[in-house]
Amino acid sequence: MQGVLHQILSGLATGGIYASLALALVMIYQATHHVNFAQGEMATLSTYIAYTMVTAGWSYWVSFIATVVVSFIMGVVVERVLMRPMTNAPVLALVGVFIGLLLIVNAMTGWIWDFTIKTFPSPFHSSTPLLGGFLSGHELGSTVVTLVMLLCIYLFFRHTSLGLAMRAAAYNPVSSRLVGVRVGWMLALGWGLAAAIGAIAGMMIAPIVFLDPNMMAGVLLYAFAGALLGGIENPLGAVIGGFAVGVIENLGGAYVVGTELKLTLALVIIVAVLMIKPSGLLGRTVMSRV
Amino acid sequence: MPALLEVVDLKAAYGQTNVLHGISFVVDEGEVTTLLGANGAGKTTTLRAICGMVRTEGEIRYAGERIEGKATEDVVRRKIGHVPDGRGTFMELTVEENMKLGAYTRSDRGVREDFERMFDYFPRLKERYKQQAGTLSGGEQQMLAIARALLLRPKLLLLDEPSFGLAPLIVRDIFEILGRIRQEEQVSVLVVEQNANLALALATRAYLLETGRIVISGNAADIRNDETLRRSYLGY
Repeated sequence: MQGVLHQILSGLATGGIYASLALALVMIYQATHHVNFAQGEMATLSTYIAYTMVTAGWSYWVSFIATVVVSFIMGVVVERVLMRPMTNAPVLALVGVFIGLLLIVNAMTGWIWDFTIKTFPSPFHSSTPLLGGFLSGHELGSTVVTLVMLLCIYLFFRHTSLGLAMRAAAYNPVSSRLVGVRVGWMLALGWGLAAAIGAIAGMMIAPIVFLDPNMMAGVLLYAFAGALLGGIENPLGAVIGGFAVGVIENLGGAYVVGTELKLTLALVIIVAVLMIKPSGLLGRTVMSRV
Repeated sequence: MPALLEVVDLKAAYGQTNVLHGISFVVDEGEVTTLLGANGAGKTTTLRAICGMVRTEGEIRYAGERIEGKATEDVVRRKIGHVPDGRGTFMELTVEENMKLGAYTRSDRGVREDFERMFDYFPRLKERYKQQAGTLSGGEQQMLAIARALLLRPKLLLLDEPSFGLAPLIVRDIFEILGRIRQEEQVSVLVVEQNANLALALATRAYLLETGRIVISGNAADIRNDETLRRSYLGY
């Protein structure tokens, strides 16, 4: 029983990271109806930027904040430079851009920082187990960071007029322009936010999985499974789905399929959701009368 | 009265199909102007052209400035409120959020007060304030669209078929409120309608559009009283 509890808690801790990345995927999906395959690689690049700052002697939290800001700008630039010219492009062209971006960012990080595996520091003391040994300091700390971030994003979208405009632009771009919302910039801000969220997810997972250019490949798959499970059009669903996938991954890995086949669980979830309920568990049906 | 909006030789096309073949008209400051015509005459396209939503040729002068070719959001920010074809409701958002979006570009202190005024025109919106806008009836969505456009505090209000798809009683209500709005708000109105009778009663000047050309223009009251004209063009 103790073991199960431990697996669940530490599943929730990694689940928080999947939830963050799932949220980043959903944010871009809502606005563009495409999944940004490069979201994980962008997060890896952000983590390398943080790594460089930390190894240059900056304090962890200064590097953390600077990385979030740089990543936000990076996301905005990617949207403005790469995605904007593709506004009316066919789906395959867009998929091509996403995959191209994935390969370029991946190769670039390998080229700049080489492909050897590096350790990434955690700001939380991992040596002292907490909650009666159920959670490491890093697991608890990263869960708190994730939850605080999710709360900030929730408040931003619910209670600020910029957040409202971003939601409006995603739901109904034509009407948004007619009330004066600059829809193009809202999309760019969405990319910026998604990149910033990804950066935080990257910095939180790197101490666990170690830093290398392919670090996020598996994480992105879990995040995608989480987003689909909760509902790719529903941010709250994606977050819950991300946490759920973290727990399923841990329990399944420990008791059912073994650690080597854990990643298969993500694929099983993806296929199962697409077959049984493509809109996801919390997929919202929009009510409308005509 | 100076013209607030002056359109000269406006042409518009969707792809290869020309919809407007060079129309000219004016909207005077503080007045209601109506553009009448059957389905497919180009009424909606004219409004969309003013807001930079279709490719156009010709001149659109608004408050002494050329606005053709400008991005929709930049036209709107010059205080042109647009109640679009199909009402443009943000279905997933609440009535409150829809109204807040109407005032999105404003930072003055009058917004709260304007919300109250909208509730006075449309008490239904107050009852439904926290409700998802997609659950509103057609008439309520039309009211919401008008409120959203007015919350911009527009100098020019463009109304695209406010009677479309609504029950006669609701249409009467909405035009009654439009009459109040004409008197109480400092706004010039360009209303596009198929329901000529209602629109002519509201307007001072009228233009009749037929397949992308203006065939008749004049005083709304004169057109309304001219029986031959009414019978041959407006069909009532």
